[in-house]
Formats: sequence, C-alpha cells, structure tokens
Amino acid sequence: MKRKSPSKSQTKSASISRRTFAVGLGAVGFTAGTAPFNIGRAQGAGLKVGVMLPRSGFQAGIGQDCQRGVDIAAGLLKDMGMPNLQIMNGDTETSVDVARSRAEKLIGEGAQVLVGAFDSGQSSAIAQVAEQKGVPYVINIAAAPPITEQGYKFVFRNFPTAPMILGDAFANQKEIFATTGSAPKTAVFLHVNDTFGTAMKGGIGAVMPKFDMPYKIVETIAYDPAARDLSVEISKAKATGAEAMIVVSRLNDAILLTRELVKQRWSPMAILSMGPGWYEDQYIKTLGKLADGPLSFVPWYDPNKPLSKTLEAALAKAHPGVSLNTNHVYTFEALLVAADAYKRAGSTDPKALADAIRATNITNNVSPGPGIMFNAKGQNDKLKLSAIQNRGGKLVTVAPKVAANAKVEWPLTPYDKRA
Amino acid sequence: MPFEVYLNVAVGGLLTGLVYGLMALGLSVIFGVVRVVNFAHGEMMTIAMYIAIVLFSALHLDPMVMMVPIAAVLFCFGYALQAGVINPFITRPEHSQFLLLVAIAIIMINVLLILFGPDAQSVQTSYSYDSFQFGKLIVDATKLYAAAAAVTVAVALYCFFQFTAIGTAIRACADNYTGALVVGLDVKHLYALTFGLGSACVGAAGVMLVLIVDVTPSLGPAYTLLAFVIVITGGLGSMPGALLGGVLIGLTEAMAGLIFTPSAKSMFAFGILVLVLLFRPQGIMGKKVT
Repeated sequence: MKRKSPSKSQTKSASISRRTFAVGLGAVGFTAGTAPFNIGRAQGAGLKVGVMLPRSGFQAGIGQDCQRGVDIAAGLLKDMGMPNLQIMNGDTETSVDVARSRAEKLIGEGAQVLVGAFDSGQSSAIAQVAEQKGVPYVINIAAAPPITEQGYKFVFRNFPTAPMILGDAFANQKEIFATTGSAPKTAVFLHVNDTFGTAMKGGIGAVMPKFDMPYKIVETIAYDPAARDLSVEISKAKATGAEAMIVVSRLNDAILLTRELVKQRWSPMAILSMGPGWYEDQYIKTLGKLADGPLSFVPWYDPNKPLSKTLEAALAKAHPGVSLNTNHVYTFEALLVAADAYKRAGSTDPKALADAIRATNITNNVSPGPGIMFNAKGQNDKLKLSAIQNRGGKLVTVAPKVAANAKVEWPLTPYDKRA
Repeated sequence: MPFEVYLNVAVGGLLTGLVYGLMALGLSVIFGVVRVVNFAHGEMMTIAMYIAIVLFSALHLDPMVMMVPIAAVLFCFGYALQAGVINPFITRPEHSQFLLLVAIAIIMINVLLILFGPDAQSVQTSYSYDSFQFGKLIVDATKLYAAAAAVTVAVALYCFFQFTAIGTAIRACADNYTGALVVGLDVKHLYALTFGLGSACVGAAGVMLVLIVDVTPSLGPAYTLLAFVIVITGGLGSMPGALLGGVLIGLTEAMAGLIFTPSAKSMFAFGILVLVLLFRPQGIMGKKVT
C-alpha cells in the first residue's frame, strides 16, 4: 500500500520544537501559578453571592424572570451606595436534589452568601446546606412555613409565609366582595402538589375558618406542576358546579388551566389565585384577551415607595416591555439585604454577615409594609400583600383600598363573550 | 358525578392516547427492525415541535399543513443519524448503543436550549381554543385533528410496510438479518430508511402535539419515558401494539385523574406497565421470544 506523504501544513504543525514546548509549558505554569492570586483579588472585589434559581426545567420561565431582578440590581445598589456584589449563578434545574448539590458546589467555590431559589422545596434543600456549612442564605421567594421554623441561624426570608399570604388574601377578598356587593357561595380549589402548593392547601384549611368566608370549598384538586395536560382537572372542577375557582399554581399550568377553561366552555364567577402564574408577563403575552380577569392575591410592591419607581425605571430600561412583578422585586430585595449586611458587617465572615442580616432594618425598600426586618426566626413578618387584576394586558391593584389604583372588574367576563 | 363528565374525559384521553401512540409507533418501528432502542426519541420530537413553532412564528404556516414537510425533515435527519452515527454501533454491545443515544439526546437538549432558551413556547392557531359540542359531549378540536392525523399516519405506515417492495425488504431485515444479507439486501440502507421512517413518525407526532402542549427544550426526556411505557405495554416492535398502548395509557391517565386524583395519573399508567411486565412480559401485542 502506498503511503501518503504529509502535506506542507501537516509538516509545519507537527514540527513542535523543544523550545516551543518549553515556552508553552512555562505559559501553562505561569497561568496555574497566578490563578490563586486572581481568586484572592476577586474576593477582595466584593461579596460573593451565589444566586440559585430554576433557570432550566419547567420553572425556567419564572427563574429567568427572577434573573431580571439580579440583572438590574448591580446598578441600583451602586447608586444606593452599597458595596459591590460578585454574582455566582447557580441553576437548580427545578429539582430539589440539584438545588442541594449546586448549593454545596457554590459554597465550595467560595460563595459567602446564598440567595434564591423561588421554590419552597428547592429553598428548603438549600437552607439545610447553608445551615450545615454556616453560610448565610437569604430566600427571595418561598412560602412554605417550615423553612423558618427549624431554628436555623443562617437562613433569612424576606417573603411572606403561606399563612401570611392566606390571611391577607382572605382579608382582601372580603374587601372586594364588600365593594362589589357580590360573593361566590361555592369554590373549587386547584393546587400544584409541590411543597408550596401543599403548604398552601394546609394553610387554607387552618386559616380560612378564622375569616368566616362567604363561600365553602366543595372540592380540592391537586395536580402535578409539570403536567402537560390539565383537561381532566378542569373537567372535574367544572363538574362540581362551583361558582369560583381558587388556584395555587405556577406559570405553565396557569396557561394550561386557562386554555382548558376556554375549550371546556366554563367561565366561573371569579378566578382567585394565591400564587404565581396568573399575573406574569408570559401568561398575559401568551393568552392575550383571555388573560384578563383573574385576581391574584400576591406579595407585590408598593407603587408609592420611591425605590419602587427607581426599580420600575431600571427594569424598563434593561428589559423594555417587561412589567415589574414579584419575581423582580423580591429577588432584588434579597440582594439588597445581602449588600446592606455586607456594608454594615465590613467583613465576609459568615457569622458577622448572619448577625448583620439579623439586625437588618431597611425602610427604603420596594415591598409593601414598613420595610425589611427579620424576627428571631429569620422571617420578615411585617410584609403585606396586594390584590391585583389583569386588565387589558396590564396589572392594576384593586385591594387593599390604601394601595388600590383601580376598581375591581367583577364578575369575570365569560371567555366566550370576549372579542 | 354526571355520566357526561366521564364521557368527556374518556374521549379526551382516547384522542390524546392516539397521538401518544403515533409517537411511540416511531420507537417501536425502529426497535422492531434495527434492534436499537432510540433513547433520543422524545428529543427528536421536541426538534419537530420547534421546527413547527419557528415556521408558524416566522411564516405563519399552520402546523397541520406543515406536518408532512416537517416529517420529511425528520426522516432525513433520522436517515443521516442512522447512516452516519448509529450504523457502526449495530454490532456493538447494547450498553454502547445506549450511551451513544443518550449522548445524542443530551446534545439535542442543549442545542435547543442555546437556540430557543428555556421558556415555554407554543403555537396559537385560529382553532387553538375551538371545541365541538355534540349534545353534552365537548370535544377539543385540536385533539380531534391531532388524533385524526395520528390514525392517518399510522395507516399509511402500515400500508407501506405491507404493500410496498421496500416495506417488504425492511420486514425481511427485521425477521432475519443474516438471511437479508444473503439475498443481497442493502441492510444498512434499509436500517437507515427505517430509522428515518421512525423519526418521521415522531416528527408528525411532535407537530400534532405542539397544538396541544407548550414546548421547552427539557420536554424530551418525559416523552421518551412515555414512549417506552407505551411500547413496552403494547409490545416492543409491534405497530398495532404501539397504538393500542398509547390509547390504553391515554385513557388510563384520564380516567384515573377523574376517578381518583389527577396527581396520581402517572402512577396508574406505570401500574399498568408493571402488570404487563408481570403477566405478559412481551407486551399486549408483542411476540413471545423463544
């Protein structure tokens, strides 16, 4: 067999001299040798904050939305005179197990504070790791009460717990019923069967009797948040003959539920949401006119606070067409808590940071209520909720009266009567 | 609960099951002939779904109209994949084939993530929210169209295998690999053709499913698993078995959700799988291996 002779280029690339090799080896050695100093400089550049969000998986849409709060934080915190934060991104992949391992990885890579993770199950897993490793963890969004009931010393939550959400939600509902002079007598309750949804279900059972609500829940339907088809759930809900639908959902399932309501030709008197999904930009963008009407009882923002306006302007500049929502507000505030604590502590020592977070008293903030401050359990128990309604592609606040900027549209316009 | 609720849910489950069946049909065809289990099946379907979304959003082409062209694209993709990548693995151990196809699946997911991001995307056609009412029965229009298309594709595929020379040659390869080589059949080409046909099936199913569900890059693995459950229930390698398995799983999920609890739908589908594996390991319509 005739052997092919090497081409000119092959000969050239193959002829690595000992000198070239030595130079290459030296370069590799130099890079390796200086790497630790680079890391050292990075530590001096600011507080290393591991931001853990569900950036992929079925909660990716919400995770990416929370990320917008991170994107706009740097400039705003600088303007507020806060120290620099070095963001380390972590993806929980919408999985509790991945959240746990990513938290360990970020801490291993030098994260001095953890922030995240939108979901109660994932946040619980991160909280366990943070407590075990002694690294402060500021939860942006997660409502399951047990997270701050474990006696953790390094876990802080600037977000209402399920009973807080429900208490304010029922109060706001009663205000709306009184304003409209009409209230449903029966309701069907649909909820995701994840940690948050289950906590909310338990909370409704415990909190609702205290509020003497005009309706009774005739059936409770739990479903998988990753479900691809919710036709059975809506068939079952419709068959109960309930006047209103109470929902605790996520984004994708909120869209699926609405589609099924339209297809199955059922328009309840009201859709009362006590979770995310129904007010989000993607919900409104995807469903257009069909998105109008649901009432969401959610941790929102106080439009009258100066920082809210600044945050709105920063978001509009960075992400035109995206409306400020819970995801942006509470993710930004979690970073604000970390930066404020770092500024006061003057150190990256975990214990000093945790002590500083515990002593937080931020009144120049965005969320409704007197400000950000934590009780002995690490929970901000001063937060207030709002009732918001989707109206023509926008969101208006309809309760409580002190924060309302529009009157509620009641009852829900039937889906088949919309243009 | 009124009878019409059961009827509505059963019809919905049946229609969804037919589309599931078409998706699983591709997997069954590929395994029945090539004897390679396509672990990238759901991901290939996701690719078809994204093609449908891109064509709809850029050119306003209705997925129903684009079903055949997209299936043709998936056929070419499947043919190239089998001819270029999988054929060398035909005689290698099963774990090598498994790792190869899992790797291909992971690459597909990540490429889709890079191209389209993690947000769910959907197609909003003029009939997306339509439903037909027959007395007290309400039928989801998109599910009905998708199921009709699934049945049409399945019948066309059956006719191809039964009544064409190439179909007969492919069946010969499936029956006896050595015999097919001895009589001079180009087995590698026929294998690639079969993989292409299986891919076209899953492509058509993807185009139909995009009318029913929202798409994310991470959707693939769930559908790969679902396709496995269906073909193992119906009988791995059996075409009618795949359709039957799809209908059975679709109906079971729907009725279990209604009668018990919706969050336990998958539990009942897997329960059927366990029963089949215990009492009829070859699947409902599968041939017993001697």
